[in-house]
Amino acid sequence: MAVLVLLVPVSLGLGLLGLAAFLWTLRTRQYDDPEGDAARILSDRWDDRPAPPDPVRDTPPAPDEEKRR
Amino acid sequence: MTPIPTAEGAGSPACPACSPVAPLARRTAARRPADAAPGEDIFLSVPDAHCAACIATLEEGLSRLPAVRTARVNLSLRRVRIRHDGSLTPEALIPVIARLGYRAHPLDAETLSQTGTDPVGRDLLMRLGVAFFAMMNVMLLSVAVWSGASDATRDLFHLISGAIAIPTVAFSGQPFFRSALAGLRRGRIGMDVPISLALVLASGISLYESLNGGRHAYFDAAVMLTFFLLGGRYLDHRTRAAARSAAQELAALEVPRALRLTPAGQETVPVRDLVPGDRIRILPGARIPADGIVEDGESEIDRSLRTGESLPARATPGSVLGAGETNLTGPLTLRVTAAGRDSSLSRIAALVALAEEARGRHASLADRAARAYSPLVHLLAFGAFLVWLQKSGGDLRLAANIAAATLIITCPCALGLAVPAVVTAASGHLFRRGLLVKSATALERLAEVDTVVLDKTGTLTLGTPEPLDLSCHAAEDLQVALALAQGSAHPLAQALARAISRLGHRPAPVTGLTERPGHGIEGRWQGLPVRLGRADWVGAGPAAGTATCLRIGDRPPVTFAFADALRPGAAGLVTALQARGLSLHLVSGDAAPAVADLAARLGIGDWIAGASPEDKAAFVRALGQRGRRVLMLGDGLNDTAALAAAHVSISPASGLDAARAASDVVLTGQDLSPVEDALRIAGQAVRRMRQNFALSALYNILAVPFALAGLATPLLAAVAMSVSSLTVTLNALRLR
Repeated sequence: MAVLVLLVPVSLGLGLLGLAAFLWTLRTRQYDDPEGDAARILSDRWDDRPAPPDPVRDTPPAPDEEKRR
Repeated sequence: MTPIPTAEGAGSPACPACSPVAPLARRTAARRPADAAPGEDIFLSVPDAHCAACIATLEEGLSRLPAVRTARVNLSLRRVRIRHDGSLTPEALIPVIARLGYRAHPLDAETLSQTGTDPVGRDLLMRLGVAFFAMMNVMLLSVAVWSGASDATRDLFHLISGAIAIPTVAFSGQPFFRSALAGLRRGRIGMDVPISLALVLASGISLYESLNGGRHAYFDAAVMLTFFLLGGRYLDHRTRAAARSAAQELAALEVPRALRLTPAGQETVPVRDLVPGDRIRILPGARIPADGIVEDGESEIDRSLRTGESLPARATPGSVLGAGETNLTGPLTLRVTAAGRDSSLSRIAALVALAEEARGRHASLADRAARAYSPLVHLLAFGAFLVWLQKSGGDLRLAANIAAATLIITCPCALGLAVPAVVTAASGHLFRRGLLVKSATALERLAEVDTVVLDKTGTLTLGTPEPLDLSCHAAEDLQVALALAQGSAHPLAQALARAISRLGHRPAPVTGLTERPGHGIEGRWQGLPVRLGRADWVGAGPAAGTATCLRIGDRPPVTFAFADALRPGAAGLVTALQARGLSLHLVSGDAAPAVADLAARLGIGDWIAGASPEDKAAFVRALGQRGRRVLMLGDGLNDTAALAAAHVSISPASGLDAARAASDVVLTGQDLSPVEDALRIAGQAVRRMRQNFALSALYNILAVPFALAGLATPLLAAVAMSVSSLTVTLNALRLR
């Protein structure tokens, strides 16, 4: 039963990892448009290069946005 | 960059379902520009966007404008957010989107940003996530206990479970504790009191048991309860938030500004700042913001939204105009006689408020279930406590354990999910069919409908006139008429121009086009004066029904007759409703011949013409008093009171803002046939809700005897709880 000393923290740690991942998805607003995200994956628009950062999604808007344009 | 081929539309720039510009686009486009502060994001609602190709078309099409920095479509909300350099207005973007093949409506960014991020929903989701994590881990530990861990191992596992469960319950259970406290303060015992009691009692007793080496700890049940109930709460919140944001979108659609004339010139003021005596300018195409008398200018007025008349009326100095009408051809100066609270618009709004208050008393299925359930559960648990206390000779620990077990087992996991799961599934189905359910109890009310009251102009018809049989006219007449009609913004002229171009005619070379507001348009063709407009102005005899006349020189005038086009799906809907055995009534503010004609065409036996807004509302209320459950379908200001007075109401998105705000369900497309789907799905949904209540009652009936007899184990509680919640959710998903 000594193995419990190892296994219980490991299982809790894995659970916490999942919780942290969930909180991250929440923080980065990945639940704002589930339907749109499901559809976007089908588009080949950004297959060759990454999409520019989206100021609407990545709040707050960067102040140097003017220059990048 | 080609849009990816989808099942719906390969290669086409927009999906075929995305119908071209509708009258609504015309009406909204006609509004005065809303002020957009430099760089402020523009929100537009695009109800037709529905697939990957739509996203690409809209985003790329908008990004091509030099002023647009980014455009992002939110497909879940059918909304596009545009970041720009400050030079764009929503009104300027609507034609751009129309060229891409979509309808768009401007939304007020200020009203939206309050709900845009939805902090409450995210908060609930976070608590749900925490509860899920805790449930999984506690469940793992519990499996060991259930499979026979004993002594020190069991106590250790209980204590670890407790260390996870108690903070989780304290954190994730807050929504229940708060609402239970709020309810108790107002002296009401809702569903949240037994929930909170069960959570607190289960955690407390389990902690005591674990510390004293007891055999049963209910930490797993407490956490699972929190998770399932939060799940139900979250679904419920999502439907409510969708309903609320729909209502706010509608409020955001109204652009409440007027052009006030002052000695110094013109100024744009909010409509609520107008006072009687103010002089306001109304541009062609604008909605009239207040009641008043025309001082200057001549024009024609579209009253269809306010009264249901399909024929435009003449406005000359001295004419009395009402708020909500639309100015068609010439600019007008209006002296305000009643504004704000006294205007005819607000009187109707008052009628609406009154009717809505009456409807707010509708008790939903969930309310009724909770009212029966809460006292019963408390009595059971308290009874068990007393009986066991007496039987065991004062064993407080045993009695409290059994009372807690009873509370946990009867706890309304399934009850909390029964309605939200069904409503979410049904609203999702309806949304995909183009129906926006605004009210939480709309489905239940929709399922009870036995009578349907229909409005004519704008509801069964599109509210846009179509010329009748152009082929009997000479080609020369048509070409001259086309040239003249293209020069006017009048709806009849535009409809005529569209129909003639469709026949393949080219406009004749007409020069010197001048529009005579309120009369028509004139010009010269081959040295002859040509006129297109009102019969009396052109010199023709009065025409029956909607018509416009053409006169070339001294030749006899030619009359083009118009009829209001039927909305697609209207005939099918009437047949389908009659087949369902519903009684239909057509109530319109329009003149009797037009109403009779339409009723005969659709096969509706019972019709009323010339009804005022009060008449309509009274008609609906009278039906209600006779015990009828009325579904009202209407779009105009004149329908608003009736929409609110009806048991449940549906209005098309092309209707007036007030009408959409007063109705429970909004039809986002042009087609009327989804209304039948709504009735069918609502019927199914209510059946599912009842089944769900029956299912959870059955589980309770099976499990409660065990709990009362003191035979309940944490395993039994966990099994009963998860099985009942799962069956209820799966049953909701069976909805088709």
